[in-house]
Amino acid sequence: MTESLSLEIRALHEVSLTVNGELKTVRAYPMERLLDVLRHQLGLTGAKEGCGEGECGSCSVLLNDALVNSCLVPVLQAKDADIVTIEGLAAGVQLDVLQEAFLKSGGAQCGICTPGMILAAHHLLRRKPNPTTEEIREGLSGNLCRCTGYIQIVEAVAEAARRRAAA
Amino acid sequence: MRSNPADYQLVAPASLQAVVSLLAAEPGAWLPIAGGTDVMVQYAAGKLPARKLVSIWNLPELRRIEVSPEEIRIGAGCTYTDLREHEVVQSEFSLLARAAAWTGGIANQNRGTLGGNIVNASPAADSLPALLVYDAELILISVRGERRVPYKDFHTGYKKTKLASDELVRAVCLARRFSGYLAYTRKVGARNAQAISKVCIAALGRRASGVVEDVRIALGSVAPVPLRLAETERLVTGKPVEPSLLVSAKRVAIAEIQPIDDIRSTARYRAAVAGNLVAEFLEKIGEN
Ligand SMILES: Cc1cc2nc3c(=O)[nH]c(=O)nc-3n(C[C@H](O)[C@H](O)[C@H](O)COP(=O)(O)OP(=O)(O)OC[C@H]3O[C@@H](n4cnc5c(N)ncnc54)[C@H](O)[C@@H]3O)c2cc1C
Ligand code: FES
Ligand code: FES
Repeated sequence: MTESLSLEIRALHEVSLTVNGELKTVRAYPMERLLDVLRHQLGLTGAKEGCGEGECGSCSVLLNDALVNSCLVPVLQAKDADIVTIEGLAAGVQLDVLQEAFLKSGGAQCGICTPGMILAAHHLLRRKPNPTTEEIREGLSGNLCRCTGYIQIVEAVAEAARRRAAA
Repeated sequence: MRSNPADYQLVAPASLQAVVSLLAAEPGAWLPIAGGTDVMVQYAAGKLPARKLVSIWNLPELRRIEVSPEEIRIGAGCTYTDLREHEVVQSEFSLLARAAAWTGGIANQNRGTLGGNIVNASPAADSLPALLVYDAELILISVRGERRVPYKDFHTGYKKTKLASDELVRAVCLARRFSGYLAYTRKVGARNAQAISKVCIAALGRRASGVVEDVRIALGSVAPVPLRLAETERLVTGKPVEPSLLVSAKRVAIAEIQPIDDIRSTARYRAAVAGNLVAEFLEKIGEN
């Protein structure tokens, strides 16, 4: 019993998931973090590891359209799910309105928090296309930035909302 | 030290029945993982003793909110976002909706579940004072069947619960009889988002013919378990809200709690804040 169990524990699993619209199958331990699978197996290094414990949001991705911290998701729980990372937001070389607004407003400095910030903002604008400043702050409250002081980030999101509304 | 994923087993049965069968086959061997916002943090720190995990994330049986004329039955697998977005939770159980809205950031609310908050059993858990004042009942399930346990009896001590090793929390039931009450809740922490409470309060009250007719007050982070302030409630019931009542209510409330010093705060600060929150709530009833 113990022996067969330890064999089972060490077994890699095949996990299929859709990432940025493409169906992928990876071989991974089921407790591997989605963050590591994205970065190391799929080469998608946009999601960053800031804290590894749910506090900073730099590893944010969308899982079935919901913002999650990929450092806290075992890959088995992402089986058959639809994942969107920052790499999936731009359409080819055409940046998303949010990405352009972050560039223009100085919402990105070192860039570590930026992929997570932009996905959190994207998640917010999908639900609240015309957010108040308060709603923007709440929508981004799980994403920490050590560089900008947040003002430029909040402005970038407000600007993107205006541009999306005008489009 | 980070954990090595190769040392862990994780399975994801497709039904609730399959999960409880697995728990029954080897009681205590399998640790349920729902949204993982507590379990994965322990795992990241290399502090997860369990080596075998069973996922209950997104099981349809656990992720429903059923509303009947008498009660609302919230599946234990519902996330904070599910709670915040539900119309009846918003309108009739605002204390729970508010607690959900300040449990970490949006990403945490999309994964963290009510069942996880209950079973993780932290004295600082934000949804638990609300469950106390709403007289919540838990439905527990195992292969032996279901049982219904009042939430107030469920937490028996610091991080201890009545959950048997083969059981899951299936749902939380709230009776729909509190819509006529004034609801008051505050979380006092280092910042609004992403901060564990130093003290949190959930309270319901009603005034009739100038006196406090009924009150229910619960606090988190002031004792090993979330606490209902029975003495304070008794003291104020039937009395008009006057400055002298606020003073004595504060005193009785502080005597009822057992706050401690820890990394987040001190016992003295917690006692002072707890007293002030109780007084502020009573003032609101007075104005109501
Ligand atoms: C960044 C961050 C911020 C946070 N902020 C707050 C906060 O402000 N307030 C707060 O209260 N908490 C907070 N938490 C803690 C956590 O999010 C909550 O306790 C959450 O409700 C846990 O739910 P989960 O589904 O993620 O639990 P999991 O981590 O999946 O499980 C937690 C425990 O519950 C057990 N369990 C889960 N569901 C069931 C079930 N149905 N039946 C039996 N056992 C079960 C698991 O076995 C485990 O022991 C925070 C966590 C993080 C990472
Ligand atoms: S790395 Fe995931 S939240 Fe910080
Ligand atoms: S730009 Fe550096 S952390 Fe935000």
